[in-house]
Amino acid sequence: MAYTVRVTVNGVHYIHRVEERLLLVHFIRDVLGLTGTHVGCETSQCGACTVLVDGLAVKSCTMFTVQTQGSSILTVEGLAKDGELHPLQEAFREEHGLQCGFCTPGMIMSLLQLLARNHDPTDDDIRHGLAGNICRCTGYENIVRAARLAGRKMRGRA
Amino acid sequence: MIPVAFQYHAPTTLDEAIAILRRYLGEAKCLAGGQSLIPMMKLRLVAPSHLVDLRRIQDLAHVHEHDGGLAIGSMMTYYQVQTSPLVRQRLPVLVEATNLIADVQVRNTGTIGGAVAHADPAADVPALLLACEAQVYTVGGAKDRRIAADRLFRDAFTTALTPAEIITEIRIPALPPLTGGSYQKFAHKASHFAIVGVAALVTLDDRGVCQRVRIGVTGAGYKPTRARAAERYLEEKAPSKGNIEAAAKRALRGVEFLDDHRGSAEYREHLTHVLVARALAEAAARASGTS
Repeated sequence: MAYTVRVTVNGVHYIHRVEERLLLVHFIRDVLGLTGTHVGCETSQCGACTVLVDGLAVKSCTMFTVQTQGSSILTVEGLAKDGELHPLQEAFREEHGLQCGFCTPGMIMSLLQLLARNHDPTDDDIRHGLAGNICRCTGYENIVRAARLAGRKMRGRA
Repeated sequence: MIPVAFQYHAPTTLDEAIAILRRYLGEAKCLAGGQSLIPMMKLRLVAPSHLVDLRRIQDLAHVHEHDGGLAIGSMMTYYQVQTSPLVRQRLPVLVEATNLIADVQVRNTGTIGGAVAHADPAADVPALLLACEAQVYTVGGAKDRRIAADRLFRDAFTTALTPAEIITEIRIPALPPLTGGSYQKFAHKASHFAIVGVAALVTLDDRGVCQRVRIGVTGAGYKPTRARAAERYLEEKAPSKGNIEAAAKRALRGVEFLDDHRGSAEYREHLTHVLVARALAEAAARASGTS
């Protein structure tokens, strides 16, 4: 049993025959070699696997590749342009928003969603927007600071 | 954490979907948002050999007015429900409750129809639908039918739906004037499931006396239930602190409280008591416009 999937990832078109049960996270990591998206909890709670599918943040461990037929996917690798970091990535660096970095790509993708929907989120908005992303290292303070800084940067550049 | 292999179908019409479900009766499951089904498949708690993805069927994701109330398509995602101007205007308590479900990622993908069909004892939507006295419309059964919410939820993860039946729409009747709603939830920290969740709708008459009270409770027992003893008690009474407290006590009657890793039966009983009181108080305050 196999299914031909046509999908765009970070602007690149792909055609692959995949097993129906291939989770999107494994397609992204093992078939496409984009390992910035992480497999964390395996129970759909931690959000380390978060990517954007057609502009919506989803947990790629809780979606089958076949469900994304014809869709456009954005992973963390698709953020930096010509070697220039995305404001979110800059903000995480400047505010020390990571320690081990395992949750970070998922945090960034969820924040991309948040800031696209709300250009000036409050701290409560930020924490609510990150409810689906768990961090073991930071205690979240610097992640929230990074989110605030990213919002300012993105408003400034807008 | 890899599901058992299955065949994937992506029908574009309801008839196609029903035909597939009937052909593989008992071995096929509908895939809506997948935010409950896929985790279960990954744990191999379920292993359907056929998945019928409903996402490409036209017009299952809509919201419109119906008889003064709301008709919500089963494939509406929580995000779509939350951001619908019609839902925000007509049923703000549904927007509030939806905002407390899981997290952004789940809300982007998970659907209101999926929540109903899956019938997790800790899901939020069923409590709302019970309090709203919603009707669930289906196709694919012996005949197309509608099922009242309080007849739909039979047991944990078990509804009255037959194997080839698909929920198409949920209809919520118009709320009478002077009605306020509230959803109170005590959530598990990581999964955000309701340890207990209570939805209350209170309608006042022009003297400020409760004319109609509806309470839906989730998470407390093996299925969501109406707290009818509490409802009956509070109707025809003022929503005073004392009356609400007495009603909240009656909400504990007849509930077989769950005892599991999220909480003991005693803890759930306590939560139910507290949250029913809070939900009634907030609903009544909103009904009178004082909140």
